[in-house]
Amino acid sequence: MVDLEKELAAMREYYSSGNTRDASWRRAQLRGLLLLLHENQTEIFNVLKQDLGKHPAEAYRDEIGSTIKSINYALDNLKGWMSSEKAKLPKVALLTTAAIVPEPLGLVLVISSWNFPIGLSIEPLIGAIAAGNSMVLKPSELAPSCSSFLAQKIPAYLDSNGIKVIEGGPTVGEQLLQQKWDKIFFTGSAGVGRIVMAAAAKHLTPVTLELGGKCPAIVDFLSSSWDIEVAVERVLGAKFSACAGQACIGIDYILVEKKFYPTLVELIKIKLKTMFGENPRDSHSVARIINRHHFLRLKCLLDDPNVRASIVHTKKSQEVPHSRISCYGYIEPTILVDPPLESMIMEDEIFGPLLPIITLQKIEDSIEFIRSRPKPLSLYAFTNDRSLRKRIISETSSGSVVFNDALIQYLADTLPFGGIGDSGIGRYHGKFSFDEFTHYKAVAWRSFLVDFWFRFPPWNDHKLQLFRHCYEYDYLGVILTVLRLKKPKPSSAS
Amino acid sequence: MAEEENRVFGASEASLLIRELRDSFKSGRTKSYDWRVSQLRGIEKMIEEREKDIIQALYMDLSKPELESFFSEISTSKSSCKKALKELKKWMMPEKVKTSMTTYPSSAEIVSEPLGVVLVISAWNYPFLLSLDPVIGAIAAGNAVVLKPSEIAPATSSLLARLLEEYLDKSAIRVVEGAVPETTALLDQKWDKIMYTGSGRVGRIVMAAAARHLTPVILELGGKCPAIVDSNVKLEVCVRRIIAGKWAANSGQACISIDYIITTKQFAPKLIDALKKGIEESFGEKPIESPDMSRIVNAFHFKRLVNLLDEERVYHKIVLGGQREEKLLKIAPTVLLDVPEDSQIMQEEIFGPMLPILTVENLEEGFEVVNSKPKPLAAYLFTNNEQLKKEFVQNVSAGGMLVNDAILHVTVPGLPFGGIGESGIGAYHGKFSFDAFSHKKGVMYRSFEGDSSVRYPPYTPKKQRLLKALINGNIIGIILALISWYRK
Repeated sequence: MVDLEKELAAMREYYSSGNTRDASWRRAQLRGLLLLLHENQTEIFNVLKQDLGKHPAEAYRDEIGSTIKSINYALDNLKGWMSSEKAKLPKVALLTTAAIVPEPLGLVLVISSWNFPIGLSIEPLIGAIAAGNSMVLKPSELAPSCSSFLAQKIPAYLDSNGIKVIEGGPTVGEQLLQQKWDKIFFTGSAGVGRIVMAAAAKHLTPVTLELGGKCPAIVDFLSSSWDIEVAVERVLGAKFSACAGQACIGIDYILVEKKFYPTLVELIKIKLKTMFGENPRDSHSVARIINRHHFLRLKCLLDDPNVRASIVHTKKSQEVPHSRISCYGYIEPTILVDPPLESMIMEDEIFGPLLPIITLQKIEDSIEFIRSRPKPLSLYAFTNDRSLRKRIISETSSGSVVFNDALIQYLADTLPFGGIGDSGIGRYHGKFSFDEFTHYKAVAWRSFLVDFWFRFPPWNDHKLQLFRHCYEYDYLGVILTVLRLKKPKPSSAS
Repeated sequence: MAEEENRVFGASEASLLIRELRDSFKSGRTKSYDWRVSQLRGIEKMIEEREKDIIQALYMDLSKPELESFFSEISTSKSSCKKALKELKKWMMPEKVKTSMTTYPSSAEIVSEPLGVVLVISAWNYPFLLSLDPVIGAIAAGNAVVLKPSEIAPATSSLLARLLEEYLDKSAIRVVEGAVPETTALLDQKWDKIMYTGSGRVGRIVMAAAARHLTPVILELGGKCPAIVDSNVKLEVCVRRIIAGKWAANSGQACISIDYIITTKQFAPKLIDALKKGIEESFGEKPIESPDMSRIVNAFHFKRLVNLLDEERVYHKIVLGGQREEKLLKIAPTVLLDVPEDSQIMQEEIFGPMLPILTVENLEEGFEVVNSKPKPLAAYLFTNNEQLKKEFVQNVSAGGMLVNDAILHVTVPGLPFGGIGESGIGAYHGKFSFDAFSHKKGVMYRSFEGDSSVRYPPYTPKKQRLLKALINGNIIGIILALISWYRK
């Protein structure tokens, strides 16, 4: 504990020396990250395979490619982000200028999660670096190969005086949370999010919490068969090909009209085969469940007999771990229809390859269905109906909304990525990452030349009159009163 | 009925209140542009029609001079309201954003939506402004609001309770009066946002309560706002502005008033003389009797301030003032020179009419002194030295800064008002208020044409090449990959 405090004190001193604030330092670190990603791709594929059984294409799509894109975006825009922005002033201010000056927060803590252990570690670091902070990263211990990869490689490519990786589990996490940080950025569950924010409250540390929730996908009737096929492919891709459903923005469940359900489920069964083959396990395109705890948790969701009865695909029994891979188990992509709404599978965030389909009388009922539940991180709707789209935007609340696709908003540099209510606090990606780790300092400059002498006591009616005019930007009134051509209104006696 | 009057506002009342407001919010009423405008106009009307009552209440709570009430609380609330009315349509419009090759073809926008039901807890020093300004922001953003004014300014608190009920839609905007028990009952509920103005100690309690429900917070706290004074200034003007930033600002009971001054050993005597003169000009020969200064808010704070002053190592450092009048709750403008750094008066936020002056060898040392303390809500510098101004902005961290004046920066509508570190979390004023009480929802529109199967299994080498090029927005790569894709 004492060592940790010493280490952090040294980091604070390094920050105070001003090194991390230099544009050149920030660029060098960002380029270092790029190099790290480019030069170690094979190793990254390996550790992601070890921890989560991810296919290299999935690893590239979700973790390497996305962070490379984000780093390039930051490098391209850094100069603009770092510059001060002039603020407009009303004319009465006279000879004053004002600006908003971005400055780093100081020493920040980034705690990342296990499902996208490389991507969700690096993405916040990009923002923290671009904003000129020094930082500590605590990767998730549940993805140990990735954690030690980061602990080894980051010091090799980045300035370890300003950027450190501290590995460990809950004990280390607790120790870190007891320290005073200038910001804490946390990705993970709502339960731990509460603990993080409570710890932050002791030091008045601002937090960004990227949590989760049950992200619904509304699938409306689509007239074109091309559209339906693409929609189904995107739904299945978003559920099963992104960390086997263990994703905060993965589709948790589907809402569909009863009439359309038969078409949908048939197409789902066909597409599952096309995308994952007869035996999805052998396709290596479905990631593994991270550990025993989550494996059992997911199996348990299916233990409820009413839930089991609602499975329409597949009845294959769940498998035990492959000895060469250290991650736990493989769970067969499973489709269920109308499991009981009070069952756990419909109450908790699933975070696994189980996809319930809820059927409704009318697709518009999906709006009330979603509204009566906690606000999700993302909401998906596959529909070409403009009025339904409008209603979804204005009548539901979620971190973000995507029409006719899923997951892809993660790649958009211009959209804020973050939750609302139980799905999170704050947002990042693109410039929002820079903003999240920045203090926007309001600065104004006055000259000594002009003064509103009536700003100062002793007070009298004359001065009160001037104030009235000033505040109403009534310049003529100001002039007349100053020239004593306008008589002041008597003030109310106290 | 006597029973109703004695009913305490506890957990069940708080729960009922929030349920009512949630129902109102759910009905969609507060989201409409017309509703927001009608409420803002209601506030405007309220301020105009009841100006006398407001001034009266502020006088009762703080003996605030009419002029000070006018320019620091009434005009400012009115301007805030007017600005919201003027800009609301623009603020409410979704913001279209560019999308890149990576998500082609797509279009996207950022939609502002209200958070829901929000809680505003305000302070006692500017009890009218600090209640109304956040409420204006919350309404402009389309939320339902509960306001809990400070019980330490009881006249303003009960005036606000009456006025808001009279002029605004009480199905969505309510005032809950009370002290710690009532505030605790409110904090136990789940809000969509909590905004608190006050001390760091209570700020921690608010944030800890919010953490239980993952409620985002804005905390407008305080700190010791320093004013660094150089010798190359127009002394008379400078001193007038210091006075405006200290004693004409609620007798120093303001989160952004000048807490202490740093100047060179050489310049200090001149500065003190000028202050003596300036104070006499503004407040007369016996400043403690001047009606142009607020009083100390209550006996508790009076005692606290007197204790700061009477600490042994501090008392004989007084170079001006020091008089106090317990019955009137008044302390004269007091200036002290070089009190010990570890004295209480230099450790906590003074929030009163005492002004310590610390002397240093050179002003860069002064910057270090400021940086060694918790980050304040505001920092001030009086100088004509351009290089010093640059260093000040670059090297000193504070919520906001003003060069060659005090306090005024918070009246600039385009500047955010908020703290950093111990002085707070988040910011508001103008559009920043609207943003603070809004959720910025990212909305992306995709069509069914495009890259679909490239991103998903089965993962073929051809697909992977194209995917790589797509994500990196690498046009040449995309073309080459597409060529090889279609070749077969």
